[in-house]
Amino acid sequence: MRHRPRSLCKILPIGQPLRPPPATVNTLSLAFGEAWAMIARADPKLLEIVALSLRVSLSAVVVATLLALPFGAALAVARFRGRDALVVVLNALLGLPAVVVGLAVYLLLSRAGPLGALGILFTPAAMVIAQAVLIFPLIAALARQSVADAWREYAEQLHSLGAGPLASAFALLHDLRFSLVTIVLAAFGRAIAEVGAVMIVGGNIDGFTRVMTTAIALETSKGDLPLALGLGLVLLAIVLALNVGAHLMKERAQRHHG
Amino acid sequence: MALNRRAFAALAALALACAPALPLGAQDKSIVVASTTSTEQSGLFGHILPMFTRKTGIAVKVVALGTGQALDVGRRGDADVVFVHDRPAEEKFVAEGYGVDRRDVMYNDFVLVGPKSDPAKAAGKDITAGLKAIAAAKAPFVSRADKSGTHAAELRYFKQAGVDPVAEGKGTWYRETGSGMGPALNTASSMNAYILADRGTWLSFRNRGELRIVVEGDKRMFNPYGVILVNPAKHAHVKQAEARAFMDWLVSAEGQAAIASYKIGGEQLFFPEAKG
Repeated sequence: MRHRPRSLCKILPIGQPLRPPPATVNTLSLAFGEAWAMIARADPKLLEIVALSLRVSLSAVVVATLLALPFGAALAVARFRGRDALVVVLNALLGLPAVVVGLAVYLLLSRAGPLGALGILFTPAAMVIAQAVLIFPLIAALARQSVADAWREYAEQLHSLGAGPLASAFALLHDLRFSLVTIVLAAFGRAIAEVGAVMIVGGNIDGFTRVMTTAIALETSKGDLPLALGLGLVLLAIVLALNVGAHLMKERAQRHHG
Repeated sequence: MALNRRAFAALAALALACAPALPLGAQDKSIVVASTTSTEQSGLFGHILPMFTRKTGIAVKVVALGTGQALDVGRRGDADVVFVHDRPAEEKFVAEGYGVDRRDVMYNDFVLVGPKSDPAKAAGKDITAGLKAIAAAKAPFVSRADKSGTHAAELRYFKQAGVDPVAEGKGTWYRETGSGMGPALNTASSMNAYILADRGTWLSFRNRGELRIVVEGDKRMFNPYGVILVNPAKHAHVKQAEARAFMDWLVSAEGQAAIASYKIGGEQLFFPEAKG
């Protein structure tokens, strides 16, 4: 070691007199103030944005779940050539950037694109599609893993009961329903938290396609950091409330019939 | 089966709640306007659009992008009207047949913003002299670099100043962020760098830090906005009647007065320019 890390002292203010707190501290407390004020006065603009966020993301979760759970389960129990490759691809898609999904859906739905005739670009419907595409791999890949694990355990039993692959897949999905709730919640979290896709296909139109995340991005670009962070805190509170609700429901149901 | 029934009820409730989100975009009277971040983020649209909607019942949905991207959205037929500020690009858009009936609407101006201490001594009333000083001092300069109208103007001024910022300063003092006006201002504010901004966004920008205006009032920094109808001959779905109503209103005495009446902190942001 020829070089001693002398510069560290420069980076960390070791032994330096205390400076006034940096502006970020101020911004943070301001953000909490903003968040609280917005909630306390039930800001109509905020309620509208929150309602649209929930509507879009819940719709996307419903659509994606209905398609992805059977798909994941089928992939777990079916045997066909190329299945392993498909599983690998599906798992890789978990890393799909939201902005790429947004761009792809944009090009599909654009008037100049193959589905342009629908005329749904820059509408909530387009946002639902983009988010559904985004979370489909998440639900399908995780459901496939859960079902595959259970399948290894119960395959013989299900065979002996004379259940075909399709019936087995649905029996396992039903059996795993409690852990699938967690997967669906994770998917909802990804959907409502993403900004890249809805910004592109929704256009962040005031009062029409503006959701929590695009509103946060907008306020950040206006330099109103406390308001942006305040909206972020509200978003966090909503997601937390939904998770608590789902958890309680799951606990109760599990206690009723283990 | 308690869970199943409850889950089913929850799903049904959800489906009902979601239903309004699903009808496929069939809104009665509305148009989509592809515009720039400067008009949206300065708050101008929030001020004038409600007046237009009250009068005509036509809702205006604004998608705010950089000028280059807004024109591209128009080119693809995803908007009915484009409302942007880059005259050469607008004329090209019309010449290529993507738009028709271009009209001058208003103008505002660009300002060169920089650190209060002005380390490059760029302050004054001459934009080319200011940019030359920045290049000579190799003082940090943040560029939008996103093909927006502001980016196009910045490159034009650098050219007039005889400076090639990309060749001379890329990776050192000339920092291309590839972002909108607001994010670029946030970057400049945290780097204490110089940046070219439109006055509207600057006036409504809150996170200024140590920045102030260093050059303003140069005639070349005049920034005209034009409105163009997306060519219905190319894109049959363009809502021509509603779009024309919007364009007519913008250049009418009433629309022009609405634009002139928008102020931030007592300062007028946009100046009417329509002829007749």
